[in-house]
Amino acid sequence: MSRIEIRVERCKGCLLCTSVCPEEILVQGEVLNTKGYKVVQCDQEKKDKCRGCGFCAEICPDGALVVFKTIKPRIRDS
Amino acid sequence: MSEVQEKQVFSLPKCMKDVPTHFCPGCHHGIIHRLVAQTIDDLNLQDTSICIGSVGCSVFIYDYIDVDTVEAPHGRAPAVATGVKRARPENFVFAYQGDGDLAAIGLSEIVHCANRGERVTIIFVNNTVYGMTGGQMAPTTLVGQKTTTSPYGRRESKEGYPLKMAEMLAFLEGTAFSARVAVNNIKNIIKAKKALKKAFLVQLEGLGFGFVEVLSACPTNWHMTPLEANERVEREMMEYFPLGIYKDKLKDKK
Amino acid sequence: MDKNRERMLVKGNEAIAIGALDAGVECYFAYPITPQSDIPEYLSRELVKLGGEFVQAESELASINMVLGAAACGKRAMTSSSSPGISLKQEGISYMAGSELPAVIVNITRGGPGLGGIQPSQGDYFQATRGGGHGDYRTMVLAPSTCQECYDLTIEAFDLAFKYRNPVLILGDAILGQMKEPITRWKQRTIDPNEANEWKLTGKKGREQRILKSLFLGDGEMEEHNMKLWKKYKSMEQDLKWEEFSVEDAEVVAVAFGSIGRIAKSSARKLREMGYKVGVFRPITLFPFPYEPLRKLAMSGKRFITIENNTGQMVEDVKLALCGVTDTEFFANMPGKVSTPEDFIEPIKKMF
Repeated sequence: MSRIEIRVERCKGCLLCTSVCPEEILVQGEVLNTKGYKVVQCDQEKKDKCRGCGFCAEICPDGALVVFKTIKPRIRDS
Repeated sequence: MSEVQEKQVFSLPKCMKDVPTHFCPGCHHGIIHRLVAQTIDDLNLQDTSICIGSVGCSVFIYDYIDVDTVEAPHGRAPAVATGVKRARPENFVFAYQGDGDLAAIGLSEIVHCANRGERVTIIFVNNTVYGMTGGQMAPTTLVGQKTTTSPYGRRESKEGYPLKMAEMLAFLEGTAFSARVAVNNIKNIIKAKKALKKAFLVQLEGLGFGFVEVLSACPTNWHMTPLEANERVEREMMEYFPLGIYKDKLKDKK
Repeated sequence: MDKNRERMLVKGNEAIAIGALDAGVECYFAYPITPQSDIPEYLSRELVKLGGEFVQAESELASINMVLGAAACGKRAMTSSSSPGISLKQEGISYMAGSELPAVIVNITRGGPGLGGIQPSQGDYFQATRGGGHGDYRTMVLAPSTCQECYDLTIEAFDLAFKYRNPVLILGDAILGQMKEPITRWKQRTIDPNEANEWKLTGKKGREQRILKSLFLGDGEMEEHNMKLWKKYKSMEQDLKWEEFSVEDAEVVAVAFGSIGRIAKSSARKLREMGYKVGVFRPITLFPFPYEPLRKLAMSGKRFITIENNTGQMVEDVKLALCGVTDTEFFANMPGKVSTPEDFIEPIKKMF
C-alpha cells in the first residue's frame, strides 16, 4: 500500500488536501506544529487504502505532503 | 517475497525553493507559484527566465521561484516586462500579478502590453480583493461582495461591475493566448497546467502575448475557512468568471 | 572629414538623441510632448536603423517602467519628456534609485505649473535636484547650455549612470531643445557587452539567482540600504562640473545655469565693454551642486546675483554655498519669458 509523509512544520492546517483525497484518508489533526497550526493527519483505519495518487500533494499550497507509491512486483518478476 | 519497492510520486519543481511561504493557510498563491515553477521546469526555462515581480501578496515571488527577478512598481509589471523583453528577446520573460495590481492601477499597462503583442507571459491571480493591504475592494470584487471598502457589498450603481480580464484581453489582436483557469480541485489544476504551458509557448514561438487568469481563494480576507473559500471559487466566482480558453493562436497554428 | 569628427547643424533635442546613439543607447522608450518630441522622432528612425529598440509607450509613466526593465538587464536605456511628463515618471525614477538601476532621463523643461505652456522655464530645478519622487534619493543632474553640451553631457550621463548605478537626469529647456547650432560629433558608437556583468539580469544560467528590488523589510535592512545610497550620493561630488567665466577680477558674479547661464555670459561681455567687472559662475552638475567652488569665490570678496528662469530655486543652493560669508541678490526672469542678454544688464548694474 502507498503512503503519505507529512512535513509537520510546513502544514498550515488548511485542509484543502482533505477535499481531494479519493479515500478520505486525510483528516484534521490535533497536534500543533511550532507555528501553532493543527497539522493534518491520516485516519489510522483508512491509512492502508492510500493509492499513492498524489492528489493531496497536488492541491497542497505549501508542499507539506510527500507521497510514496508502492510498486507491486509484477508476477513475471517474482 | 521480493522486497516491496516504492517510488516518490510527487516532488516540488526543481526551480521552486523548498522553503516555507508567507501565504495564509489555504491561499491559492502557493499552488499557483508551484504550477508556474512546474511549467518553467517542464519547458526547461529556469536558466533563461526573467521574472517581473509585482506589488501584492505575491511580492516575494523571488523568495520562492529561483529565477532572475526584477521588482516592478505597483501596476507597472507589464511595462517593466516590455522593457526586459525588448532588452533581452532571447530570454523567457513573465510577470505574476494580482487583481489590484493588474486590473486597477495597471490596467493601461496590461492593455497596451497585450495590444503591442509583446512576447511576454502574464500570470494574473484573481481573488476579488486587495489581499496584502487587508481585503479592500478590487476591480474584480463581485457585485454584492462585502470588503473593507465596500462594507455594504459592491453596488452596481456606485461601484460598477467586476472586470473580466481574460475575455477583455482575448479581444486584443496582439494577444496570442488568453484563458481563465482555477486551482480549487484536481481537474481544474490539470487544466490550469495545460493553459500555463500554452501561455508560455506563445511567447517561445513568438506568436504574441500570453495571458492566464487564475481564480484564487483568499480565506483571510473573505473571512472564511480555507475549505469554504475553496468552495466559493466554484460556487460564486465561476458563475461571473467562467473558466475557459478565450484565445489560442497555437490551436489555430496547428 | 573623419566620420567621428563630423560637423552637424542640429537642434538641441537632436543633439541629445545623437549623443545617446553615440553613447551606445540600445533601448529608448518615450511619449510625445512638446517641446521635446524631436527626440523620440529622431530615435524612432535612427535607433531602429542601428538595431536598437524604440517603443512609444502609452504614457510617460509606462515609459520609465520600460526603462527600468531594460536597465535591469544591463542595457543602456533612456527616456525623455518635458515637465508634466517628468512628473509622471517620478515614482519609476524613485524605484530605479532604490534598486540601483542606471539610465538617462531627459527633461526639456517647459513653463508650469500644470499644463503651463511650451515656452522655456527652469521651474523644475527643485524636482530635479531633490530627488523628485518619494524617499531619500538623488539623481545626478546635468544642465547643458549649448547644443554641443547637449551632445557631450548625454554621453557623459550614460557613463555616470553606470559608474554610480543610478539614474542621471539631463535638465534642458525649450530654448535648448528647439534652437539649432553646429555641433561636433566626436564619439564613435560602441556597446560594451560586459558592462554591468556583475549585477545585470540575464537568466541565472551558471550562477545564483539575482534580484533587483527596492523592498527591504528585514531588521535593519532599510537603514543599511539608505546609508549605502547616501554614501553613493556623497561620492558623486568627485564628478562635480561647473564653468567660471571671467571671474578672476570680477566684482560681481552672476550665478546661472543652462540657457540662462549662457545668456548671462553675453550680458557679462556687454557689461565688461561698459567697464563693469562682471563674471559668471555656471553650475553644470546641479546635483551634486558646486558649493565649495562657489564658496571659494565668495571668500575672495565677490558679490553675487543669481539669475533664473523661475521664481527662485537654485538661489537657495547659492545661499547655502555662501552661508556665513556673504549673500546673493536674485533676479527672477519669469518662467515662459524668453530672455535676452539685455534683460540682465540693469539688474546686474544695480549691484555696482
